[in-house]
Amino acid sequence: MSEAVVSNAPAPKPTPHVKDNAIIRFEGVTKRFDRVMAVDNVTLDIREGEFFALLGPSGCGKTTLLRMLAGFETPTEGRILIDGKDVADLPPNKRPVNMVFQSYAVFPHMKVADNVGYGLKMDRVPGEEIKTRVAEALELVKLGGYGDRMPDQLSGGQRQRVALARALVKRPRVLLLDEPLSALDAKLRDQMRSELTSLQEKVGITFIMVTHDQDEALAIATRCAVMNRGVLAQVATPADLYEFPNSRFVADFVGSVNLFEGVLERDEQNEAQVRCPEISSPVYLDHGVTGARGSTVWVALRPEKIEMHKRKNGETAPKMEDAPAGANVAAGIVRDIVYLGSETNYEIELESGRRIKTFRSNLTRYDQEDFTWDEPVWLAWHACSPAVLLS
Amino acid sequence: MAKNALPIPSALRPGRGGVRKERPGPLEYTRRWPLRLIVAATLLFLYLPLITMMVFSFNTSRRNVVWQGFTTDWYVKAANNASLMEAFVNSLTIAFFCTIISVVLGALAAVMLWRFRFPGKTAVEGSMALPIVVPEICLGVAMLVFFARVMPWPMGLPWPLNLGAITIAHVSFAFPFVATVVRARLASFNRELEEAAKDLGASEWRTFWDVLVPHMQPGLIAGALLAFTLSLDDFVITFFTAGPDTITFPVKVYSMLRFSVTPEVNAASTVLILVTVVLTAVGLHIQNRNADNRKA
Repeated sequence: MSEAVVSNAPAPKPTPHVKDNAIIRFEGVTKRFDRVMAVDNVTLDIREGEFFALLGPSGCGKTTLLRMLAGFETPTEGRILIDGKDVADLPPNKRPVNMVFQSYAVFPHMKVADNVGYGLKMDRVPGEEIKTRVAEALELVKLGGYGDRMPDQLSGGQRQRVALARALVKRPRVLLLDEPLSALDAKLRDQMRSELTSLQEKVGITFIMVTHDQDEALAIATRCAVMNRGVLAQVATPADLYEFPNSRFVADFVGSVNLFEGVLERDEQNEAQVRCPEISSPVYLDHGVTGARGSTVWVALRPEKIEMHKRKNGETAPKMEDAPAGANVAAGIVRDIVYLGSETNYEIELESGRRIKTFRSNLTRYDQEDFTWDEPVWLAWHACSPAVLLS
Repeated sequence: MAKNALPIPSALRPGRGGVRKERPGPLEYTRRWPLRLIVAATLLFLYLPLITMMVFSFNTSRRNVVWQGFTTDWYVKAANNASLMEAFVNSLTIAFFCTIISVVLGALAAVMLWRFRFPGKTAVEGSMALPIVVPEICLGVAMLVFFARVMPWPMGLPWPLNLGAITIAHVSFAFPFVATVVRARLASFNRELEEAAKDLGASEWRTFWDVLVPHMQPGLIAGALLAFTLSLDDFVITFFTAGPDTITFPVKVYSMLRFSVTPEVNAASTVLILVTVVLTAVGLHIQNRNADNRKA
């Protein structure tokens, strides 16, 4: 591990189909329902070709934002631009966006082919062309030959494909997906995840997905916006969201984290130090923090970034090679062990009494036997691992 | 037996003969004889009078008391009774128009109450249920006064316009039933279907016809059946609204009964029951076929 150097700038995901122009622009968009503020002054650009995820807990306003884009809600304030044009006055049936609904909303009384062709029929596309385009769309979602079935003869996953084909067949500028995978079982969800990504790359249409599942957003999206109580908390690539959260909310919502309150003791250009009452040693960082000395900050430490070592009586603390002696190490006792197969989760009680989580990959078949209940351990982490949060 | 095995409840333990036999549940009316008796008695009370009436429509005797022999003469006689046939045709005509108007009005009322919020909605909803709960005799008197004083229906209009007053009266109590049934059906509508249609480019009007009406269809059929049968057999309200030239079947039967109960009435009633049963069967069949198609 000694040569492990984590770069601060993760390599970008190869996304050649993403262009620079903003296909969607929210400008100071606010939506109030009676007295409830659903969306609060959101300004956001979404680029053409992106697979964008709106992520947040339920009630955070992500669905309202999507529905305003589709035209089912109108903003109380602000503008929404699609391709640079204000769409405030356009009803849903006139917008160049199509939606895949959470319940799929496949018309139960129409054959699959009629479902998929419905939008084209509304656009008065000639019958022959509808036929060929419907067949193409069904082929695209791997439902070729299902055109004559009724929706109740399909499984949940197949119905979702119908909903996808029905939206894509209209060749929209933007495809909206409302919790697309939430109704599927775990196995199917994994499969649909990768299918959605490859489908998006194939058709090259901008996809915007709403989800409350952070795994889903990290796995699929090229960029995510995390929302909290109607406000955009952070907009970033999945890796940046996870590794460089900008607030306690984002750090806690995306993945699992140990948060410590502390005081900023030292802040230089290339190093900084935080003293946390709950950790006996100071937290040393190999980068500066833009905060006033003496101010309250929060240290976010991901469980998998904490190393665990055996601790015997009288033995001194191990030294982390990228931190001064005595920094970034803490003594603790194993209080709980959860074996998950690929990794084991430990709950460690620090000397201050605070319990924190650590994850350890089971690299060999015997790793899980290394530590046992009530065993004294040393915890250690690299100077580049913790994120310091100002809010 | 394992040490920690749970005791098996006595109901599930194998019986003496080694064959496990479940005891019938407390309300399994097909397997408990006291319940079977009650079911049989109920069916008897419900259907024996109807069956008796039908049987005696084939009786040779003029009196509905003693069975003397089989004949179909009464049917011929009923068919040749011009005033009875006129009443019969009147009844069917009124029921037909009443059904169409009630279904349209009821469906619109149901959609309005389901879709929109407006001041006084609760009041409207309550007043819709009024014709269902108000005693028929009161409605009948109300109709009588209304058509006598407020909006007299012109006399001497050609058929079927002379039936207008009765049809309006029938619609007034039949359409709330349609509205209630359709409203119940709408409760299960997934609003996303409507949004999906609009999202795909459909106007409000197209969305209504392409998505909402197909969903309402079972409710519309059930409502139509209700309206038809309600109108067909209504006596009280019709009695107050009918004029001398607008006799309906139930009113005619009543007037015939005042002289004597002849098997002719039985025969006509049997035909009416047959018509109702056939229509109901057709309606239910359509409804079931649709239900199979749209379990999605």
